[in-house]
Order: sequence, then C-alpha cells, then structure tokens
Amino acid sequence: MIEQLLFWVFAILACGGAVAVVATHNVVRMAFWLVVSLGSVAALFFLLHADFLGAAQLLIYVGGTVVLLVFGVMLTASGPYNAIPTSPAEGIVGGAVGFLLLFVLVSSIGSVDWTEVSGRLPAVPAAPYLVDMTLAAKADESFVNTGSPRAKAEFAATQQQGRTVRQLGLGFLGLRPDRHLAEGDGKGSASGYFLPFEIVSVHLLVVLIGAAYLARAKRRVVPEGSMNVG
Amino acid sequence: MGDIGLSQYLMVGAVLFVCGVVCMATKRNVIGVLMGVELVLNGSNVNFVAFSRYTPLGLDGQATALFVIVLAAAEAAVALAIALNFYNNHLTIDVDRGNELHG
Amino acid sequence: MYGMFAAITLEDFLASNISYWLRMTAGSEFVLLAAFLFAALIHAGLLLGLFSGLPVFYIWLERKVAGRIQDRLGPTRVGGGFGWLQTIADGIKLIQKEDLVPKDADNLVFRMAPYLATIASFAAFMVLPLSDGWVAVAAECGAFLILALMSLEVLGIILAGYSSGSKWALFGAMREAAQMVSYEIPMAICALIPLMIAGSLNFQVIGRLQSGGLWNWFIFHDPFTFLAFFCYFITATASVKRAPFDLAEAESELVAGFHTEYSGFRWSIFFLAEYSSMFAVSAVAVILFLGGWHDGLMVDSVIDNLRGTGSGLIEGFSLGSYTANVFGAAILIGKACMLVFVQIWVRWTLPRLRIDQVMTTCLKYLVPISCFLFVMAVLWPLVLATSFSRPVFAGRPLGEKSLPLGVPASAAVAAEQREAAR
Repeated sequence: MIEQLLFWVFAILACGGAVAVVATHNVVRMAFWLVVSLGSVAALFFLLHADFLGAAQLLIYVGGTVVLLVFGVMLTASGPYNAIPTSPAEGIVGGAVGFLLLFVLVSSIGSVDWTEVSGRLPAVPAAPYLVDMTLAAKADESFVNTGSPRAKAEFAATQQQGRTVRQLGLGFLGLRPDRHLAEGDGKGSASGYFLPFEIVSVHLLVVLIGAAYLARAKRRVVPEGSMNVG
Repeated sequence: MGDIGLSQYLMVGAVLFVCGVVCMATKRNVIGVLMGVELVLNGSNVNFVAFSRYTPLGLDGQATALFVIVLAAAEAAVALAIALNFYNNHLTIDVDRGNELHG
Repeated sequence: MYGMFAAITLEDFLASNISYWLRMTAGSEFVLLAAFLFAALIHAGLLLGLFSGLPVFYIWLERKVAGRIQDRLGPTRVGGGFGWLQTIADGIKLIQKEDLVPKDADNLVFRMAPYLATIASFAAFMVLPLSDGWVAVAAECGAFLILALMSLEVLGIILAGYSSGSKWALFGAMREAAQMVSYEIPMAICALIPLMIAGSLNFQVIGRLQSGGLWNWFIFHDPFTFLAFFCYFITATASVKRAPFDLAEAESELVAGFHTEYSGFRWSIFFLAEYSSMFAVSAVAVILFLGGWHDGLMVDSVIDNLRGTGSGLIEGFSLGSYTANVFGAAILIGKACMLVFVQIWVRWTLPRLRIDQVMTTCLKYLVPISCFLFVMAVLWPLVLATSFSRPVFAGRPLGEKSLPLGVPASAAVAAEQREAAR
C-alpha cells in the first residue's frame, strides 16, 4: 500500500521532471527540474531495494554532475538567464518523434508478460554465504523474542532488503556471493566484476587528467581586431 | 493503483529515455544536450535496477547501473571541458554555431 | 518497503501495537496505512524538533561566544541575564519581514532554492543515529548516504545565488560551487579511514566497535586516524562554509554573498540549514572518530546492562533500553556540541582566507595529506603485524576491536542482522 503510494509519487515526479527539462528553455530551470527528476530516480532505487545505488545516485549525479553542469552554465553564460530557444518547427517534430518512440516502447513493454519471462530464467540457487547470514540471524533469537510481533513477522522479509553493499563490494573484488560457486556450466565459478572495476578506475584517472588538460587556462595572445582565436 | 511490478518501472525508464532523446535532439545549448544524455542514462539505470529486483538475475543489474553512474560522471566532466573550449572559441554555447567544417 | 523505515522502538511500538489494535477493531487496510503514516509523522516531528531546536541554541551560543571573545557580554536583555530568548526574538523579527523577490530574479528557482538546501540538510538527520538503535532509517550504507545527502545542500545555495540576478550573489554561488566540489574529495577520503577500520558503512556497527574505554575510539586507533580526525574536521568546517572558509558569503567583499537578495523567512531557513549541517558534520565526526554514543569512561557499559529490563509495561517498549538510549543520545549530542563550539571559536578568532588560498589549501595540501593518511592507515596494520609482534596492553592485543558483550560472537554480521530487525 505505502510502497505503491510512494512509487506513484516518485514515478510522477521523475517523469514530470524529465518532461519539464525538455519543455523549458532557461538552463537554470532545466537544472532545477533535472535535480527533481534525478532525486526521484534515487528514491525509486531505494524502493527497488538498491540502497547503495540510491546513495551513489544522490552523491554522484545530484551532488556532483548537476553541480558541475550548473558551474558550466555560470562559466559560459554571456548574459543573465540567456535562453537559446528551439525553433517551433524543430520542437514540434521532436515532440512528434518522441511520442512515436514512447508509443513504441510502451506498447512493447505492455505486450510482454514479464512474470512469464522471468520465470523462464534459471532460478538462482541460494549461495552458501546467504545461508550463513540467515543462520546467524536465527542464532540471535533472543532479540526476536523481545521484539514486537511485527518485528518477528517481518524479520525474515526485511533482513536482506536493500542490503546490497557487501555483496556489491565482493562482486567488485571478483566474488559473487549471490551466486552459487559451481554455476556457469560447471567450468569454475560465476564471474565477478574485478576486471571492469579496474578498467573503470583507470578510465577515471585518464578522464581526470584529460578534463584538466582540456579545461586548463590557456595563455593566448589575442591579436588586435579579432575576437575568436582559440 | 494496481500492483507495482517490473512493467511499471520499465514505463518510467521509457519516459525518462524518450525525454532524454528529445532533449538531446532539440536543445541548442551544449549544457542542455548534456542534461539529455544524463536523462537517457538514468532511464537505462532504472531498467537495470528493476530487472535486478524483479527477475532472478541477481546483482548484475545493480553492478551495471553503478558502472553507468560512474561513467556518466566521467562523461559529464569531459563534455563540460569540451563545452568550455567551445565557448572559448565561439563565445557562445549554441551547438548550431560550430559549423566551420560545414564546407 | 518497511525496511526503509525499519527503525526504533517508537516506530515499532506505534506500527505494531496501535495498528494491531486498530486492525482488530476496524479491520481495514486504510487504517493500517493511517497508523503507519501517523508513526512516520511522529518520527518526522521528533527529527524536526531536533533539527530546529539545536540551531536555536547554536545561534545563541554563537552570539555569546563572539561577545566573550571580543570582550563584550553578548546578549543580556532578552529572557534574563544570559539572553536565553535572543534567538526566539530574532526569529520573530525575521518572520515579520517582507518576503522580497527581486525583479531580475528567476522567480521559481529563487523561491525553491532555500527549501532545497533545507531539505538536504534535514534529510541527513534521517540516517544519523543518536544512540545504539535510535535512528530513523537504519540504512546499511548510512555513512555513505549521509555524505551524499549533505553534499546536496550546495545545490540549493548555487541555485539561490544564480537565480538572484545579482552579481554579488552570482560570485558567492560560483565560489561556493568551486569550494564544495573540491572539499568533498578530502572529506570523503578522511571519512573513509575509520570506515575502512570498521569494515562497515553502518553507523550502528561503527558505534558499537568503539564501545568501552577511551582507547577504543577510532581517533586513538593509530597515529594516522589521529591526524585524519583533524583533517576531516577542517574539511567539514569548509564544507559547511564556516569561517575561515566562508567565502560564499564574505561580507567584506560580496555584501552577503549568495543570500544578498534574500530576506525574512527564506533568509532564516538558510541559516537554519547552515547551523543544523554544522551539527550534522560534527555528529558524523563524533561517530566516526570520537566514540559515538560511548562516553569512554565505561559508565555507559554499566547503563547498557539495563537494556531489556522493565519491558512488561507496554509490549515492544523497554524502560531500561529507553534510559540507555537517552543516556547515549545525551553523550553524542554533548560531544557534537563541543565540536560545534570549536567551529564557533575558530570563526571568531581566525581571519578569512582569500578564495585562491582556500583552493590552494584544499587541492595542494589537504588532498595529498588525506591520500597519504589513507594509504598509511591501510598499511599500518600490515606493518605492525609483520615487523613487530602485536603489542599487547593489559592482556589484549593493541588496536584489536571487538564487539561488546551481549552481541553474539559472529561479530559485524550479527550486529547488522540486529539492525535489520529493528
């Protein structure tokens, strides 16, 4: 009940914010609506039991990327609130193509029975690690007994909800605690994300240096009478 | 208010994706185009996490979404540096003005 | 979904007993929803009380400390000899003022920006534990989440400055953006050091690991955490834009910086946000380095024995646990108030830096120092274990952390399971 309510609130905020980003021409207002949309997507992540991802979305997207974008707006503004309006024809064509694309996507989403599709996927066997955690929780029986009835009832349900930090961390170290080790047609263990993780870290370093190089203050000699010399 | 399932989340992802595509196509401001890219990536992230929650695919979706977030941040930094250079050269950030190679 | 609100005794009490009782009588799902919303409302009310009550105290303290440092008395008239009610009088004055929006301002963003800053600052209190188990949202990644939420406050300030349509505000906002984006890096790295030692992002686990004596606090874990605390505190002072890093509102250069054009209520909630985020960063420093809700003198371990007693009165409510929680919360708030006092003290004794000096301090000094501290804190246990045999003090290996009695030996995992159940 409350989950449905929260889903609809945040889904409407996310979609409305995205539509408002498209509809406004003032860059600062676009940034504001983008914050609304991205923040609501973070809330949807919390509803999808991905706590770490929701926090990462808030920290990196809303707190980092959008601040960077607004900073870029300030550095490149040639006047107060300068809006570069889209021509009406482009807007109409873009809107029409957008509606067609949305129609195609929504109709294809609606035409698939997703429970049947996910039922066809092989079920994940319970990993030994998770079983251990459950046992450790059961050993703490004394707490469950002192807790209220609802705490007891929901104990099993909530214990793994949104608690994906440890599993994600192990995944990035190359282990998959949520998978059975013998998975993958018997030829060794289910693979983790060690190599992509390393590649991304090197990529970030390269981006850091590259962006600093590209955006560095250039000492340039502006010849008389010419404005745009790079 | 029916039950919330995979398809509802996929719809939200589709709306974000389409808004991002339209934003990228119609905006003439470099920063606006960048915001469109962010919306597209977010739409895909919603799909990834929804699949990770509602299908027995496990954590793959969440891990991929995390990579997408990190790469989007890197992309924004580089694109912003390019936008600053564009502004230095053209004294505007209207992408339609970068047409020297148009012939 | 209930996991999102999985929380403390009060919520448990309300959502379980009252809703069960109501379900017996009414038997409707809407009543259950109403009871749940009621419990959430009470939680929000309690947090809001803390969120607005502490700034009221801090604004009075700031005036008083500033007065004493400048050899004055500070406020003395309102509310008796110590001017206790000065903040209330200030608040009444501010609310009465006209709410102005300049002609050049971007109306929507100008009006919304103070709320954005306040919501971000307030949301940080959601995951901040006040005592063992007293937390509104017991998130497993609480430390990460609180850093994320506190980093959102800057967005409200930047949008406020940019939408004011005034060059002073714009300069203030640009400085704030540059400063915050830079200072978040060393702050996160310094916060990472105790998180790495604890091996968890859960504030409950971090707090429990520091129970017992003073030597169990993470600040005394090794020399590098000792330095990391000061590094964190400097960057935290900068990240809540307090002097000597308050370049965003440097009144000698920029009139009032980002809030030049604001007046009345919107102006005052910017300050509410600033003072409450001062408390939030101080409380995070206390939990990460200074032992959290433990007093370090073993008094609290005696009081902890009361947990679970006196539970016969109302189901799900234990008087002993409640007393222990109140004691822990008092210790945590007391320590955080001392750190806030240090921030106020620094503000009135140090001159403001120039903007280029602020950026140099961060990028050329604090970032390399924090990276060095992080690497050394990683290497320290390895060096200690390989070069020397483990130094032993009073029968225990020095630096070893263990959970207090009463928690099963399966350590952190079991502690997290307890969190899950709360």
